[in-house]
Amino acid sequence: MIYQIKTEKLPQLLERLAAAQELCLPVEHKGQVDFASWTPKAKVRLDVCNTARSAKDFFFPQGERLVSFRMEGRQIQVEAPQMEENPFVIFGARPCDVRSFQLLDRVFLSDPVDRYYENRRRRATIVTAACLEPEETCFCGNFGIDPVRPQLGDVVIWTAGDTLYWESLTEKGEALTAQGGELLEALSEEPEALTQAQDGARAIHERLPFGHLNLQAISSRDWREVFEDPIWEKLSKSCLGCGSCTYVCPTCQCYDIRDFDTGHGVERYRCWDSCMYSSFTQMAHGNPRTTQKERFRQRFMHKLVYFPQNEEGLFSCVGCGRCLNKCPVSTHMVKVIQELGGKQDV
Amino acid sequence: MCNCNTNTLIPVVGQVTDIRVDTPDVKTFRVVSPQGGVCFDHLPGQCAMVSIPGVGEAMFSITSSPTNREFMEFSIKKCGCLTDWLHQIEPGQQVTLRGPYGNFFPVEGELKGKNLLFIGGGIGIAPLRSVIRYAMDNRANYGRLDIVYGSRTAQDLVDLPEIQQEWVHCPDTQVYLTIDKPQPEWDGHVGFVPDYVKELKFNPDSVALVCGPPIMIKYTLAALLEMGFDKTQVYTTLELKMKCGVGKCGRCNIGSKYVCKDGPVFRCDELDELPDEY
Repeated sequence: MIYQIKTEKLPQLLERLAAAQELCLPVEHKGQVDFASWTPKAKVRLDVCNTARSAKDFFFPQGERLVSFRMEGRQIQVEAPQMEENPFVIFGARPCDVRSFQLLDRVFLSDPVDRYYENRRRRATIVTAACLEPEETCFCGNFGIDPVRPQLGDVVIWTAGDTLYWESLTEKGEALTAQGGELLEALSEEPEALTQAQDGARAIHERLPFGHLNLQAISSRDWREVFEDPIWEKLSKSCLGCGSCTYVCPTCQCYDIRDFDTGHGVERYRCWDSCMYSSFTQMAHGNPRTTQKERFRQRFMHKLVYFPQNEEGLFSCVGCGRCLNKCPVSTHMVKVIQELGGKQDV
Repeated sequence: MCNCNTNTLIPVVGQVTDIRVDTPDVKTFRVVSPQGGVCFDHLPGQCAMVSIPGVGEAMFSITSSPTNREFMEFSIKKCGCLTDWLHQIEPGQQVTLRGPYGNFFPVEGELKGKNLLFIGGGIGIAPLRSVIRYAMDNRANYGRLDIVYGSRTAQDLVDLPEIQQEWVHCPDTQVYLTIDKPQPEWDGHVGFVPDYVKELKFNPDSVALVCGPPIMIKYTLAALLEMGFDKTQVYTTLELKMKCGVGKCGRCNIGSKYVCKDGPVFRCDELDELPDEY
């Protein structure tokens, strides 16, 4: 069932949803748009294609406490963390980001399940905002994502002209729809305006500069050949090892675990880490990835070869284009795919 | 090994009840649960994350055999921040443990009924000791046991009293010790482990289990292949930097395999399917 609401009434809907549970959505703050909790004063920016940071923070935050310890002399007490129970809504995540959750699920929900991730995942309702106005750096279509009619998340929304269209996909989505009450007007059939907007968007997506990469050209190669490809030497030369790509990437999931002595006890927390850093694999007896070439290769081999080997051919990239925007030396995923033989064949 | 209802990142407490000084830089720590007995079950070759909160947490082989229900043991070389600390503690200190992690030597599978050839170098004896003790405690289930063990000096041989007092007296078992350079008080063999293995000319009628420094593993494997061993007859156990222990933090991979989850035990033909990045 499709519903509609005039965009001028959207603030009322958001206020109502925010009254029922925490509502997170793209908000502009100091010139940058990122997900934040809704407040009456929040500068909501549903028009922006991609937030600066990906939406992975919701389930895999940049830093979080895992467990605490009380130390008394030689005795140790382990204190498990209290898991939160309150539900929340992610409103307006793009199809690429929502798809990244499915890829992260493969890592964090496989045995043994990561309880911190699982807890947040269970509490979330996801409203996916279809992309009718993509950016030039978008290349999600290469990964089987339909940005115009995504079948991702619990609710899908489209903004066309002065109207927001709303379709629920799941039970959680139905529950959220019910919260909207009379503000969401049910339609008996799909409106012409929406179909037209979707058709228009499809034409734009078709013409995106990186919309037709040939990933098959990589998956059909033997992994050894890809591993030994001279492009790693060539491309890694300009890599600064800054790790920006891993931090903005919605599918990068490497983490570090560290202890912090508070003076009253020890807090063990985890935080994002990056395979681009030399310390990532440094051991007392040496480092298996000695130069930036090996570290650079690892990141892309993982996303384009190792992850597909373990996960039924799925690439660990959703084509959000953040690394294209952020890499200070423009040595990003699209460049690597193209160099590995995936230059668009159209 | 399902952790279906538990949080694998939350450790349990273990009490260090005994610390044995093995070598100038290796100590063996005996750990029991505060309720007595082992903190958790394991299989030979599996590892555990050992930690002193506030200092660090790292992966170590469980060197005791699963047949030992009284305590777990870890032979730990002093070589970094956490291990420096561990070498300073005294019995009575508590540590935290989580695990068991990783796969194990197939003691009830492909190794059962076979002659076993153990080849260890230095602290590499730690994971092998678990299997050696397991085989000795289930002696009837295995054929001949040959143990080649070497280290830099005689003082660096871990578990030496146990080897001399127990292992050499086990039925149908041969122990071959070697050190890298001659020492006045040493009347045993002198030479590197791979060379000694070649000298001993083992028949390829056994399964070899190899653990030691990477360079020793490499040359030992070459020696075994020269003697007619097939790669499917040789097992080794690897180690890389680890944080989570469950294949999620992303740092201990060799190609598509995570050493913490898919290893640490690999059959040598399996390593051919992985990039040479370890």
